[in-house]
Amino acid sequence: MVVNPPLRLEVVGITKRFPGVLANDHVSFAVKPGEIHALLGENGAGKSTLVKMIYGIMQPDEGEIRWNGQPIVVANPRAARKLGIGMVFQHFSLFEALTVLENIALGMDAKIPQRQLEAKIREVMATYGLTLDPHRIVSTLSVGERQRIEIVRALLLNPRLLIMDEPTSVLTPQEVEQLFDVLRLLAKQGCAILYISHKLHEIKALCETATILRGGRVVDTCDPRQETSRSMAEKMIGAGLKDVTKPASRTIGREKLVVNRLSVPAAGHFGVALRDITFNVRAGEIFGIAGVAGNGQNELLLALDGEEIGDDAGAITLDGERIGRCSAKERRLRGLSTVPEERNGHAAVPEFSLSDNSILTGRDRLGMVFSGLIKPGVAHEYTGKVISTFAVKATGAAATAGSLSGGNLQKYIMGREILQNPKVLVVSQPTWGVDAGAAAAIHQAIVDLAVAGSAIVVISQDLDELLALSDTLAVINGGRLSKPMNIADVTIEELGLLMGGIHGEAGHPADKEPVHAA
Amino acid sequence: MRLKLEKRAEPSRFMLYASPIGAVLVTMIVGAIIFSVIGYDGLGAVYQVFIAPVTTSYKWQDVALKASPLILIGVGLAVGNRAAIWNIGAEGQYVVGGLAGTGVGLLTQNFTGPWILPTMLVAGFIGGAAWGAIPAGLKTRFSVNETLSSLMMTYVAIHLMNYLVTGPWKDPSGYSFPQTPLVTADQTMPIIIPGTQVHLGVLLTLIIAVGVWVLMSRSVFGFQVRVVGSAPNAARHGGFSQKQTVWLVFLLSGGLAGLAGIFEVTGPFQQMSLGFPQNYGFTAIIVAFLGRLNPIGVIIAGIVLAITYVGGDMAQSALQLPNASKGIFQAMMLFFLLASDILVRYRLRFVSRTPAPAPSPSRSAA
Repeated sequence: MVVNPPLRLEVVGITKRFPGVLANDHVSFAVKPGEIHALLGENGAGKSTLVKMIYGIMQPDEGEIRWNGQPIVVANPRAARKLGIGMVFQHFSLFEALTVLENIALGMDAKIPQRQLEAKIREVMATYGLTLDPHRIVSTLSVGERQRIEIVRALLLNPRLLIMDEPTSVLTPQEVEQLFDVLRLLAKQGCAILYISHKLHEIKALCETATILRGGRVVDTCDPRQETSRSMAEKMIGAGLKDVTKPASRTIGREKLVVNRLSVPAAGHFGVALRDITFNVRAGEIFGIAGVAGNGQNELLLALDGEEIGDDAGAITLDGERIGRCSAKERRLRGLSTVPEERNGHAAVPEFSLSDNSILTGRDRLGMVFSGLIKPGVAHEYTGKVISTFAVKATGAAATAGSLSGGNLQKYIMGREILQNPKVLVVSQPTWGVDAGAAAAIHQAIVDLAVAGSAIVVISQDLDELLALSDTLAVINGGRLSKPMNIADVTIEELGLLMGGIHGEAGHPADKEPVHAA
Repeated sequence: MRLKLEKRAEPSRFMLYASPIGAVLVTMIVGAIIFSVIGYDGLGAVYQVFIAPVTTSYKWQDVALKASPLILIGVGLAVGNRAAIWNIGAEGQYVVGGLAGTGVGLLTQNFTGPWILPTMLVAGFIGGAAWGAIPAGLKTRFSVNETLSSLMMTYVAIHLMNYLVTGPWKDPSGYSFPQTPLVTADQTMPIIIPGTQVHLGVLLTLIIAVGVWVLMSRSVFGFQVRVVGSAPNAARHGGFSQKQTVWLVFLLSGGLAGLAGIFEVTGPFQQMSLGFPQNYGFTAIIVAFLGRLNPIGVIIAGIVLAITYVGGDMAQSALQLPNASKGIFQAMMLFFLLASDILVRYRLRFVSRTPAPAPSPSRSAA
């Protein structure tokens, strides 16, 4: 045994060019065995590219990767796994219709009999305190549980370096704590962890070292425990951070959106049924809906924006008009705008230009159609306005939506809806996977729209976000919505309990039923 | 030195148009090699199939007549494929369109007037659309895969045609040949270029293709079709109905195939007979893709494929090439097109640095 064990991973002068972009510019950093190392940076700073090269998905143009002191070439992810590098991606690669066990078996490089594999899975889960039924169908699982599959999949390989890409964006506070316990235990056993995130308080709580990337370069390496969240954020975005300003003297007007006993049966046997959802949102009010992923948030958004149309016209009222039986198009014409959680393929068409994506939701409200024909000039001009007003980094209105980073695409989508001046705006996960700079801009835009007199519903799993933005807060669980609470009266503990499915109502024993049971 | 595929930031517009041209060129090269290897005059074959129809002026009208149905059907299929709705049954819709128009023709044999031909054309469109409505209904009502159902309906259509032509619709004075009576003067497509067989249907086809191009590039319907094809969830979000799109696409593509059918009956064929199905409905699938699912591109692709039809026949008599050889050329064209399409989204790069081999993984636990 040497006195100083070699560095687990060392990246020296890595450079990666894409057409028109220098994604990584001579990036160097090192990770020791047992270290939890944060890779911090805005979207587009080059974090993903860097870890993709470490995991063998891409090859660097220049530079060297050293593993336990030896220079290596990671030809592909399989080679990376063979070395002992595991990775949990932000977007999971799971087959919805298969069980947990089948999904894990499909991802294994070596063929192992199912029975043996199941035993191994149970062993890993017991070691790290993860709970998951290997025989559950993936589509019935919450996002947090799906992530657990990916983690188990990585742990089965007994990794020496685990790369986690934005792992907490979809977890409850309790789930985040559980995840951190697992990661700390792993680190204690000598596994190095490369933790990619932009959530600064988490990095402060978890990591010993942080490498901060900006524009493809390493701008700083620091000990997050010695820094403030603000100082790290400013290094990350390279400028002073703007706070969201929420004017105290906002006038809350009359009711704009009234939802009265909205019920929607579950779509297929994988969906969540909405049951007697009741709330109202007034002009100028921001109404927050908290909850763990997969408790009916998606279904609620679809029911509100008319992608799923119910039977009861009176279940949804917009400005006094009963719109429960109206189509998505009619609702939008009346001033109800929505931003679904999934940016690519739901809120926007990735291969379409931004201009065409403006036509998608703005064509009727903004006069982009004349007797069945589209007026591209109007769409182009409007898109230009969105890009400049919301500081969207794009080559122009003709850039495809798919070419934008997550944060910029989200800014564009929010801008596209906000500049239509909606009476009611419903947004789901407005800042999921979005960097701090873009998130602050999006939050400010939401507040500004409320100040201008629109009613806003924010559905989110990010409690910090909801606590900062909302005037009123409710929790969705198992397709039911809790009683709305004034933000001043809310405690984190109470929210955590409501999110876990304990409503504190009579006839609802505090047993630990699965939160996603529908 | 090695070749590397690298994803482009944006799909290349140049490759979008270069790839079909490249596919045709590679088809010629590989075709020449294949036919040389199996003992024919390979270069001669390529010359006969691709060049001779262009340089032989009296063959131009044949090319126009072959291209017309390919373009008309191909334009409809291009719309459907844009929406990721796969109508493989255009051949059946073409046959039923021909039958529907012929039915009107048989009923109006003893009448005269300028209304007869337009009525037959409308019947042809409706017949094709009705045949297309069957897979559309099955898909929207019962989620039946339209690829299979539309293909299977083709065989039903051909059997229906066989029954009618050999049975109830057989020409009583036709010496018992399996064919319907010839169309009357008022049921015949007017010739638009004197001295040739080029009929009004060819011109109508070009007008319709340009019309569909406007529809696809400028109208809300075209936008709807493209969104449904690219991102069905985004289409719902934008207020477009998937079911409505399926219906519209099948009615349009079926109708255009049916129209192509009745153009053939009232034009070159002059009657319905057992030889009526010419595989235009299947070849038009190649035409649609070779034309980049763009109606203007489909016009060009239709002409290219028509050249191979005419050239195939010429090669047959000039070089005794088997009749199947034109099918080989057509299939190669689609194959090379699909293969070269990867260059629209990816670029080839030569990488000079050869990476050092990875050392064996060290298993040492730190």
